[in-house]
Amino acid sequence: MISIQEQFHRDTERTTADVPRRAFIRKALHGYEVRRDETKATFTDWQQARTVAADIKYDGLNHLDGYLKEFEEKFTARGGKIFWASNSGQARDYILKLAKERQVKSIVKSKAMTSEEIHLNPALEEAGYKVVESDLGEFIQQLMHEPPYHFVFPCMHLKRDEISALFQRELGSAATDSPEELTLIARRFLRQQYIEADMGISGGNFIVAETGMISITENEGNARLTTAMPKIHVALIGIEKILPKLADLALFLPMLATAGTGQHITCYNSMYGGPRQPGETDGPEEFHIVLLDNHRTRLLADAQQRDALGCIRCGACLNVCPIFKNIGGHAYGTTYQGPIGSVITPHFRGLQDWKHLSGASSLCGACTDTCPVKIDIHHHLLHNRRNAVAEKKVWWERLIWFGFVQTMTRPWFLRIANKLAPWGQKLHPLVLGTVFDPVRTWTKTRDFPEVAPESFHDWWAKRKETSK
Amino acid sequence: MAPGRSANECISDLPKAACHRTLALFSFMRVTLFIPCFIDSIYPHVGVAMVKVLEGLGHQVVYPEGQTCCGQPPFNSGYWDEARVVASRQLAFFKDAEVVVSASGSCGAMFKVFYPELFQGKPEETEAKSLSARTFEFSDFLVNQLGVRDVGARFDGRVTFHDGCHGLRELGTKEEPRQLLRAVKGLELVEMGEGEACCGFGGMFAVKYPEISTAMAEVKCNSILDTGVEYVVSNDSSCLMQIQGWLDRNSPRTVKSLHLAEVLASR
Repeated sequence: MISIQEQFHRDTERTTADVPRRAFIRKALHGYEVRRDETKATFTDWQQARTVAADIKYDGLNHLDGYLKEFEEKFTARGGKIFWASNSGQARDYILKLAKERQVKSIVKSKAMTSEEIHLNPALEEAGYKVVESDLGEFIQQLMHEPPYHFVFPCMHLKRDEISALFQRELGSAATDSPEELTLIARRFLRQQYIEADMGISGGNFIVAETGMISITENEGNARLTTAMPKIHVALIGIEKILPKLADLALFLPMLATAGTGQHITCYNSMYGGPRQPGETDGPEEFHIVLLDNHRTRLLADAQQRDALGCIRCGACLNVCPIFKNIGGHAYGTTYQGPIGSVITPHFRGLQDWKHLSGASSLCGACTDTCPVKIDIHHHLLHNRRNAVAEKKVWWERLIWFGFVQTMTRPWFLRIANKLAPWGQKLHPLVLGTVFDPVRTWTKTRDFPEVAPESFHDWWAKRKETSK
Repeated sequence: MAPGRSANECISDLPKAACHRTLALFSFMRVTLFIPCFIDSIYPHVGVAMVKVLEGLGHQVVYPEGQTCCGQPPFNSGYWDEARVVASRQLAFFKDAEVVVSASGSCGAMFKVFYPELFQGKPEETEAKSLSARTFEFSDFLVNQLGVRDVGARFDGRVTFHDGCHGLRELGTKEEPRQLLRAVKGLELVEMGEGEACCGFGGMFAVKYPEISTAMAEVKCNSILDTGVEYVVSNDSSCLMQIQGWLDRNSPRTVKSLHLAEVLASR
């Protein structure tokens, strides 16, 4: 069994070598950037909108206890049920028990990253339930038997012909190159699932404390069907999704759409406040909301990185990240990929096991620049690195930095090293690329520059001497 | 007349540039150079070029000879105690400097942005904040502190500019180097596609995650090659080490990397 970090190295070695796939992803995300910039320009002041959004989320997090209680009171008053899940096991058990008690047979799901986070599908399938993802991208990934590649665009890495081949294999459909045809094939299959399902499971984009409602944004209408047709609706939502006021959605819905997909607003935006009320003709008979902590409170307790909980999961930071573009979503090995995933995963799943994701960044800051709620993403990667070292130092790293400090605090030593370096470099070709090459990970793919025969320090000293 | 610029632009520059140069002669600023360790040993000519440009504008240049590294490598690796030992030496060397001008956006950002955080709650906090306020990246200093755009340089060639991420996003330097380059006679500035994309250097990242770093270099260098330029210029030699290293190994044609100071020192 190899370590998570070693697995990451192996996966990135493989994915970075896949040049056509990298080009495909880059091209797709370039298209996104163009659309996003156009939509951003329709805001009177995008930077001001970011500041306001960040403040609202931060207020929500700082008073999470009060807002969540307010939400619970309003929601349960309309007959909804709330379950507070401390961890993934509790959340899974609640949903499994509910399905068993209500004699559920078939479950349809709309997009919920929280369900990926708690590995809900395998647990449900193991218990004998039929589970079908209804979001097109998630449906494709379910047929592929692989996790989402990107938490907003789950199958963005697949080309049309690959999806066509998948549908031919799994659904027995005819080959086609048309995106409309492919969508229709999935639609024909999925419509039947909504009718058969007796439980619908969704996520939620926002929890509105003021009105006791959840907000779901989508483009396919599949979440509306998932939540309205089966007799039981279960929404699995992280506690950090709180917004204090209903009016906050006036900012957050267009902002999420802009940052997420470059749309002004997504095609369907729904509010859900409880099960079917007396006198209503549709809606589920039962509505349960599972509020998931699963170590979010651990991040909440970290005053420096708390803002990372304000993430609205728009995926904008992934879309601009040069690391994501080159290694792809699966290499991360996490539920939440990209820069924000690298920040929060160590908090959710253990710093020592996941610190390598914080290291695997050039700290370019494109993520922080683009984040609509102004999370200090790339600096938090630095903070994770610092915290990992404070918790546990690696002996050989310690040795390296000890040597570094000794050299850099003794300029005379550095001068001697500089003088010897050109001679040392003459011998470099003898060991180039071997285990004795101290910079072999660099020289494997890039040339190493030559140390100058005369350092700036020496030039300056000489100049000072001659000008005397 | 420099290609790509209107006659009006050139004419309006003339009296301004002459004026700045004349004014500068009388202002006698004492500029303290911060030459990062790798520039000292690998790219000393960058420091020499900075001296030439600043002295050419009439300023006195000072170089504290005991300076070494800013401490960014251990800082970025999470070893903040070790970084503080190295960084506190720098605080001492630049204590009396009126203004500190950095040859690298990244090392400049270490002084300006990260020292206050590194020394937060430590006895050196005040000193770190003071150094932060007095530190400037080279192009930022020329344009925003000295008010110079035309340093009187001449450089014949087509050039693209690479924004180092620390200079661009930590320090907010974007237009300044371009303003300086546009004023160079004989130079044509061509912008590359995905111009703000990282080159993939990232310090220790380049050797700890070489596959990712190299993939990023490949993307960046292809953007540079697509412009058809002969030179790639940056205000950060660390990015250029990565870019030149990849180009020398993989490029079908020669593209030479130059620090902004080298171009501005050309006559």
